[in-house]
Order: sequence, then structure tokens, then C-alpha cells
Amino acid sequence: MIAVLFDQFQPGTFIDALRFIGDNPGFLGQKALEQIELAGAALLIALVVAGPLGVILGHFHRGAGLAIGTSIVGRALPSLVLIAVFLTVLGIGFVNNMVALAVLATGPVLTNAYSAVDGVDRGVVEAARGMGLSRWQIITRVELPLAAPLLFAGIRIAAVTVVATAPIAAVAGGGGLGDVIVNQASYRLSGVVGASLCVMALSAGVWIALSSLEKVSAPGGVGSVRVRRNHHKELK
Amino acid sequence: MSHASPPVIPHFGTASDCVLANRPFCSDWVRAHWQDTLGPALVQHVELTAIAVAIGFILAGGLALFAHRIRRAEQPIGVVATLVYTIPSLALFQILVPFTGITTTTVEIALVGYSLVVLYPNMAAGLNHAPADVVEAARGMGLTERQILLRIELPLAVPAVLSGLRLAVVSTISIATIAAFLMPRGLGYPIFVALRDPAPFKTEIYAAGGLAVALALVCDTALVVASRALVPWTRKGLAA
Repeated sequence: MIAVLFDQFQPGTFIDALRFIGDNPGFLGQKALEQIELAGAALLIALVVAGPLGVILGHFHRGAGLAIGTSIVGRALPSLVLIAVFLTVLGIGFVNNMVALAVLATGPVLTNAYSAVDGVDRGVVEAARGMGLSRWQIITRVELPLAAPLLFAGIRIAAVTVVATAPIAAVAGGGGLGDVIVNQASYRLSGVVGASLCVMALSAGVWIALSSLEKVSAPGGVGSVRVRRNHHKELK
Repeated sequence: MSHASPPVIPHFGTASDCVLANRPFCSDWVRAHWQDTLGPALVQHVELTAIAVAIGFILAGGLALFAHRIRRAEQPIGVVATLVYTIPSLALFQILVPFTGITTTTVEIALVGYSLVVLYPNMAAGLNHAPADVVEAARGMGLTERQILLRIELPLAVPAVLSGLRLAVVSTISIATIAAFLMPRGLGYPIFVALRDPAPFKTEIYAAGGLAVALALVCDTALVVASRALVPWTRKGLAA
């Protein structure tokens, strides 16, 4: 096994790992960019396909089974299995990994888009209809703004899932920092641990960036929505 | 990576036409290698998952009770749990190697960590689920804090705990496939072996992958059935 390649397991490896990061910032940066490219492409596909579908299903309050079933089956699909299966179908390289990661991202996007729009207070939608808003206006001006917090949460979960899974794509020619992690023969344990630390920082960074973006884009956010809803119920 | 035993890539001398041609699915290979490859991998996978979820369950329970008692700890623990969950599994396994080597311990530490951070938020939310006036009424009736916890808060937490358990079991089964990158255990190993070949052996990928997905779905369904029996008053069992 790999154990033959290195026989010393010491926490001192971390010093070597940090040295590896310090010595190869350009190389690691380029690998990180590759990974972001792959993850971004996969996320974009999932958003384009699953986002509108979830919103439409939620608007018509139909297909709860589909939305929830997708998330259950999606969770049960191990990323390694998806990547390996798509490899046998689409061959090695970028496309196979992009599709596999897009499938992974579909679950959270679809489920959250559905339940966000489905959960919008029906009284509010009814009132909007009474004011003469068209179906399109109801979706874009009433339902989407009210559904935004939960929708964004789904996108954030999908984004972190995809970024965190992208290293595994390296076993199927996906490139990115995973290339270093799976190639202990060339980079030794210090390189592997160094690249792992970079991957950790990357996905934590994506999580934090998207979380703060949510707070900025929705000042008052969920809170103000709740106030408005309660007010509406009192009026009834 | 090389592997000493068993010969997972079939001997070409005795392989069937199907295996030689690497057709999509060769049931003869699955039958021939159930005993030496797929069966043991499935058993190992169940072991890895069961140990990780059991230890994670105990630790998360303790942590949730701690946070319930000392409310100020709740938010920091939640933030740390979320950040741990964002750590890519492949990276976490490798980062633990300098500490514990290429051992089952390394794999289990990582798997326990993931199941812990999935279970904790659900348990914490579950304990806070009891309506404040119910707790207040109980206190007024003279129940001690201990009795309130045991008779009111814990029973009301059961549905949330069970849905957390479902998530933890399914995600641990998924992450355990990646553990096979570190050591030859679980259903991920046949997949990694097949992927190492320039022309990946399809049957092996589909059989091992199918078993992993089936295991996850069976466990998920079993827990849904169990939760319907345990807490029949909540009917939304399916929507975690």
C-alpha cells in the first residue's frame, strides 16, 4: 500500500506542509483556480436546471414528492460513485466530473427552491393576485423575494458540497488541488497535507463568503418577512 | 497503490467474454467475486458506518446537553460544527495521517467527526423544541430541572434526533466510500481499484456503487419506519 512510500508519521509533517505551500504559491493557486472552475461550472448547471424547476414546482405547489425524493436519493449517492459512474459513461476528464458534481448540487438547489417558494404565505400571494399582478409578476416580485433566504441557503449548501467534493474528481482526471492530494508518489505526504490544507481553506472560504453575501443582500432578511407575515395574520 | 490480495481485476486467462470486453454489467463476475470482494467490502462498510455513527451519536448527545445547560456555548459550537462539515473528506483523511497513520483509527476519527457535526445541530434544535410555557408549567408543578429534561424536553426532541440520525447514517455511508482511498476497506475500495485501470472495469464500479447506494437507501427507509413507530404523532417523517 501507500504506507511503503513514507514511514514517518509525525505532526512535524505539518511544518513541511506549510513549507510546501510557501514554496509553491503559484502552482497551488493555479490548481485552486482549476478547482473553482470545475465547481463553478457544475454549480451553474445545477442552478440553471434545478433552480427554475424548483421555483415553478413551488409556485404551483406540485411535485413535493419529486423535490423531496430528489434530495433523499441525492444524499444517498456517494460522490465517489457518481464520479466513477460518469467516468464509465463520459470518459476521463472535465466533462465527466462537471456532470457528476452538477448532479450532486441538484439536490439542495431543487429542494430548497421548491420548499422556499412553496412555503410563501398563500395569503400574501392571494393579495397580490387580487391587486391584479400577473403570474409572472407574482413569481418575480412576491414569491422570489420572500423565498430568497431559503433559496440562497440551498445555493450555499450546493456550492460548498461541490467545492468540497471537487478534489475527489482528481481520481477521474478532474484536475484541481485534488491532483496533488491523490498523487503522493510525486508530492510526498508534505505536499498532500499542504494541498489538503488549501482545500480546507478554500471550502471554508466559500462558505464564509456566501454566508456574508447573504447577510449583505438581505438586510433584515428573514426577520422582516416574519414581521410582515404576522401582521398579515392579525388582519385576518 | 498496489494491492496484494485478492485479485480484484480478474485474471484474463479465466475471465468470461463479458469481462474481457468490459461490457456494462457482467453478472457472472459479480457472482464469482461476491465471496472475496463485494461481500466483505459491504460488511466492512457497515462496520465503518455503525462505529462512526454510534460514537458520533454519544458525543453529539453529550455536546447538545452541555450546550442546552450552558446556553452561551450553543452558538460557538454550532459555528465550529458547520466549519468542520465544510472540510473536504479527502483532505481531512490526509491531514489526520501525520497524527494517527494509515489506520482504521484515522478513518474512524474523520467519520465520527462528520457524523458528530451532522447530529449535533438536530439534537440541539430538538432540545430547544419544548415550548417555553410547557417548561414553565412543569416548573410550576414542582418538577426538578432533571425531571423536566427527562420527561419533557428529551421526549419532544426525539423526532429531531431521529431526522438527524437519518442524515448522519446516509452521509457517513457516502463519506466512508472515500475512506477507501486511505486504506482497503469498504465499498469504495473496489471502485478505486477499478478506477486505477486505464480502462476502468465497469461491472466493479456499478456493483460496488450500487451496493453503497442501496445500503444508504435501505438504512434511510429503516429509520423512517422506526421513527413512525417511535413517534407516530409526527407524520412528516420523509421530509428530513
